[in-house]
Amino acid sequence: MIQIDEYTPIVGQSVIDDLKLLAEKLKGRTVQHINSTSVGGGVAEILNRMVPLLRELGVDTKWDLIKGGEQFFEVTKKFHNVLHGRKEEVSQRDFDIFMETSSKNIEEINTYGDIVFVHDPQPIALVKKRGNNKWIWRCHIDVSNPHQKVWDFLKDFIIQYDSAVFSAPGFSQKLPIRQFLISPSIDPLSDKNKDLPQETIDAVLNKYGIVPDKPIITQISRFDRLKDPLGVIEAYRQVKRYIDCQLILAGGAASDDPEGIQVLEEVMARAKGDPDAHILLLPQNDIEVNALQRASTVILQKSLKEGFGLTVAEALWKAKPVVASHVGGIPLQVKHKYSGLLCRSVEGAAFAIKQLLNSPEYSRRLGENGKEHIRNNFLLTRHLRDYMLLFLSLYHPEDVVNL
Amino acid sequence: MAELIRAKEPFRFSTRLHLSELTGMRAATLGQLLELIKVVPGASIYHHTHRFLQQHQYLSPEPPNDFAFWVGGILGENELAERLASIDTIQYSSIRELREKIVATIEEYLEGNAMAKLKFSRSEEEFHFIKSVSFILPTNYQAYDLKEFAEVLKKITIDSIYFHVFESRLRLEKKTNDFSYWVETSLGDGKLANEIAKLDPYTYTLENLRKTLIRIIEKRI
Repeated sequence: MIQIDEYTPIVGQSVIDDLKLLAEKLKGRTVQHINSTSVGGGVAEILNRMVPLLRELGVDTKWDLIKGGEQFFEVTKKFHNVLHGRKEEVSQRDFDIFMETSSKNIEEINTYGDIVFVHDPQPIALVKKRGNNKWIWRCHIDVSNPHQKVWDFLKDFIIQYDSAVFSAPGFSQKLPIRQFLISPSIDPLSDKNKDLPQETIDAVLNKYGIVPDKPIITQISRFDRLKDPLGVIEAYRQVKRYIDCQLILAGGAASDDPEGIQVLEEVMARAKGDPDAHILLLPQNDIEVNALQRASTVILQKSLKEGFGLTVAEALWKAKPVVASHVGGIPLQVKHKYSGLLCRSVEGAAFAIKQLLNSPEYSRRLGENGKEHIRNNFLLTRHLRDYMLLFLSLYHPEDVVNL
Repeated sequence: MAELIRAKEPFRFSTRLHLSELTGMRAATLGQLLELIKVVPGASIYHHTHRFLQQHQYLSPEPPNDFAFWVGGILGENELAERLASIDTIQYSSIRELREKIVATIEEYLEGNAMAKLKFSRSEEEFHFIKSVSFILPTNYQAYDLKEFAEVLKKITIDSIYFHVFESRLRLEKKTNDFSYWVETSLGDGKLANEIAKLDPYTYTLENLRKTLIRIIEKRI
């Protein structure tokens, strides 16, 4: 298991010292995380890394799960989709199913934490059993344009919490409770982000028939229309008219997502006949993703909608010049012309890629700025710090807190 | 080499960590931005004029404030953006004064550029008002003389330097920065105190500010 001191060479001793100082201020308080799954999905991934580190720092941290059957999770999946703006019918029966399971969880789960930290909508109703302890609701999804009926239903619970946490400013809503902005983070020591030996990178390029001596434009994302893979191919084509280059479009497609498979087929058809366009359906293989990012000349994230877009942080952490859409949490990671280039169209993306390929010195500077920006703002250590400050804020309503 | 003066009371280094609190207030036009700047909490004015400095500490010199960045980058009002970015923050000793200056700058611009009020940002590019909640923590570092002081400066986080140089002066309205105050009152070195106070910290990256402070102090040892 990774120890907190292993982050010292990356972020500096003083950052780790600050974490230890903060942890001391939380002595004697128990933080109880509650979500719906211990494996799979972003929330479980981050808790699996954070909980042991918080414990090592001395914060008494527990992690409990709610229970639910297939029907319940179908409903919460539907909530998730419509909160993201997808059109689906939500019936009274759905709300009833949600409340039936929630009532059982309210009966069965002991909410013993001094601070109860509830993640996402699935366990949201547990707040009905709140006592004198403090409650936080962490929203990991983009609710900038939520389905009104579902949002109103959830809001009745949210307002019973002490504070809510969102990942981007645009996700916040008018609420009578305190709302904090805490961005997600990447772990620089994970397989997806750690340094790799050149041989590993070369082996991955070799495996997929990618040549190292021709510029590589890469987008890593699952095959989903919201990631605009066809737009990526179009932008690449516009660049290729002037600069001989390769494209890597790599990602997974969930087998239970028929639309994903259809999108992949369309992408394959569009790229057909071009030996420089590499469409890779990767199984979950973090080292390969890492190697492909490190081998790239420019990294693209041409999404039409994004929750946060941590693939951008991953690319910047590797000091790569990035061209990314101005959506979701991406503008927090890329300041246009400082730490990458933002775009709003296929043509804009193609133009930015050409600029970067033709100006290696400019690209290098953007990449280096980007890496420092990630080091200061989007690594796991910053996330740990923000969570500890959030816990402390529950006991300090003022704007300047002397600890 | 003259013997170093040893203070009776050491300089105790604190650090300041911040958490961003969302206010739920947002602006899509220059008019809305102006009205909200007048009423948001001081902690929000502070956030938008200082956050960039901390989050983009490798960019230098003179990182723009958030208002300037939005007005220029999103509304395309480059002249106003330049005027906002060049507000000489160091001149103002309170958030209230700084807020008044920002308001006056925008109002003056609108008088001569009424059309600027008609521009809208796209919904995903609205200006969101955020405020900084500051947590001030004492660290284990302290210094009795300039040598120890310079040594600690090499080790502490830039958050700590930031706190003693920016936050204590403007947000806590202490008139001068903490370093100058201690050097003058505890070591009696008015010349050095003045030299530190004269730095315009807004025109350095935080790392360069650290190096400059160390250099000035080591010259005096």
